[in-house]
Amino acid sequence: MMKSFLVGCGAGFSGDRTDAAAPVVKTLIERGLPSAIIFENLAERTLAAHQLTKRARPDLGFEPLLELELEPILSDCLKHNIVIVGNFGAANPRGAAKFIKALASKLKLNEPRIAVLEGDNLSDQDSKPLLKEQLGDSFDEENFVCANAYQGAREIAQAIKGGAQIVVTGRVADPSLTLGPAMAFFNWREDNWDCLAGASMAGHLLECGAQVTGGYFSDPGLKDVPNMENIGFPIAQIFEDGSCIITKADNSGGLVDVRTVKEQLLYELHDPSAYITPDVVCDITNATVEQVGHDQVRLSGVIGHPRTASLKANVFFDGGWFGEGEISYAGPNAEARARLACDILQKRMGKYMHLRFDLIGISSILGDDAGRMLSRHSAGQNLDVRVRVAAQHTSQQVIDLLLREVTALWCGGPAGGGGVRVAKRQRLSTQSCLIARDKLPASFHFYDDK
Amino acid sequence: MTKEILLYEIAHARTGDKGNRSNISLIAYKPEHFQILVEQITEQKVLEHFADRKPTKVVRYLLPNLGAMNFVIDDVLDGGVNDTLNLDMHGKSLSFHLLSMKVMMPL
Repeated sequence: MMKSFLVGCGAGFSGDRTDAAAPVVKTLIERGLPSAIIFENLAERTLAAHQLTKRARPDLGFEPLLELELEPILSDCLKHNIVIVGNFGAANPRGAAKFIKALASKLKLNEPRIAVLEGDNLSDQDSKPLLKEQLGDSFDEENFVCANAYQGAREIAQAIKGGAQIVVTGRVADPSLTLGPAMAFFNWREDNWDCLAGASMAGHLLECGAQVTGGYFSDPGLKDVPNMENIGFPIAQIFEDGSCIITKADNSGGLVDVRTVKEQLLYELHDPSAYITPDVVCDITNATVEQVGHDQVRLSGVIGHPRTASLKANVFFDGGWFGEGEISYAGPNAEARARLACDILQKRMGKYMHLRFDLIGISSILGDDAGRMLSRHSAGQNLDVRVRVAAQHTSQQVIDLLLREVTALWCGGPAGGGGVRVAKRQRLSTQSCLIARDKLPASFHFYDDK
Repeated sequence: MTKEILLYEIAHARTGDKGNRSNISLIAYKPEHFQILVEQITEQKVLEHFADRKPTKVVRYLLPNLGAMNFVIDDVLDGGVNDTLNLDMHGKSLSFHLLSMKVMMPL
C-alpha cells in the first residue's frame, strides 16, 4: 500500500459555513492517517478590503470569522496532530497568530506552535518602486491602495517540518495551502514536478470547499445532490506519487462523483496544459478522473513542468464609487411602468454618468453594460418586474444623487412602485503583474509575543 | 436523420473568472457525445452565442480523457468583477447560457 496523507478543507472562502470544519476533523481522526486541514479565506477583493481594515485598526485585517472557524476544531487538531494551514492571516498574519494564541489560552489548551508566513505584502513605501517598474505609467500612485504577491508552498512545508502546528499565511496561491503540508509529509524535493503538480491539483479541488462535493452543482432533475442542507466538505487522500482520491466528511450530504470533480478541476483554469502556480506548472491534458468507490474519485496522470521565474502580484487602486438601486412594479402594465421608471432616471441622471438598466425577470444578466440586449427586447406583458439601475463614479456625492433619484420614484415615479432598495460601495480597480521571484523572498517565523 | 436539442441535455458546465476573462468548462455526460461537442460547439459558434457580451476572442481547449473542453472567453465581463455594473459581476451564470446552445443529434 502506497503511503498517503489526508488534507481536509474547512472553508472555501471568507464567510463560508463555520460548521463545516468539525465533521471534516472528526473524519480525519477516524481515518487515523497523518493529516492537515486547510482554510481558504481570500478572494482577490477580500484581501484588499482587509488591507483597508488594517489601516484603520492595526490589530485587525485578518479573517473576521477566525474565532468561529477555529474554536470548534482547535482542541481536536492539536490533540491529534492535525496541522492547520490557513490564509486567514490576510493583511495581518501576525495579528491572526496573536489572536489564535489568545483563543487557545481561552480554551485552556497548551500553547500551540504557530508559524507566520511573510513576504507577500507589497503595500508599503519600499515596494512602490518595484510595482512602478512593472506597471510603468499605469501605476497610479495617487490612488494606490495595496498590493500582494502570491507566495507558494515551500515556506509552509518548511514551517511544518520545523514543528508548526498552525501555519498562518497572507496571500499564498490557493493550491499551495494543500501542497505545503503534503510536501512536508512526503519530503518531496522542490523540483519533483509531477508530485508537486499532482498535489497542487488536489489542492485546487479542495480550495473552494463544497464546490467539489456537490455544491455549486445541483440542477434539480438532472444533477440531483442529496441532503444539500448538510453538504460535507472535501478531504483529499494524497499519495506519494502525487495522485489523490477525493472524498468528503462522513455522515454528511452532498456527493463526490466524476461530474463534480471534473467541473471543479476546470474551474478558473485557462490552458489545461499550463496551470501556473508559484510552485509548479501543472498539466492536466492527460489526467484521468475515475470513480473508485461511493463518494470517492481518483485524480491521476497530472504532469508537472518547472515553475516559472516570476510570481504574480495583484495591485489595487481606489476606483471611486459604485451605486445601485431597485424598485418593483406588479400587475397589469407593470413592464410599461418599469420601463417608464428607467426613462425618467435616464433623463434626469444620464447626463452625469453612464447608467446600466436591468429589468429583473426579463433581462438582467446576459446583456452587457451598454444595455444592447434589453433595448432589443420589445415591451412585453410581464406582471412582476423589478427595475435595477447601476452606475459608477469617482465622486461619492454623484452616486448619492443617483440613489436619491431612485428613492424619489416612490412619490414622483410611475404608479404602484414599491420595494425601493439602494446600496453603494467603494470600488477597487485591479491590475496584475509578474515580478521576478528573487525580488520577493518569502519567510516564516514562529510567533512569540513575549 | 438528426434532431435539434439543447446542449444542456447532453453536457454540463461551470464558469470561473479571472479579471475580464471568463472560462467555461463543457463536459459531456456520456463519452460518446464528446465528439458531437467537438464538431458542433466551435470557437466561432461560442463567440456568436455570447455576442451580447462583446467577447473579443474565444479559445477552446480539448480534454478528450475527461470528455470535456474548456472555453476561455476574453473581454466578456465588462471589465471584470471590480469594474462591471452587471448584477452577476463574475459572470457565474454564463455557464447555463452556454448550455442553451443547440446541437444536432443523430437519431
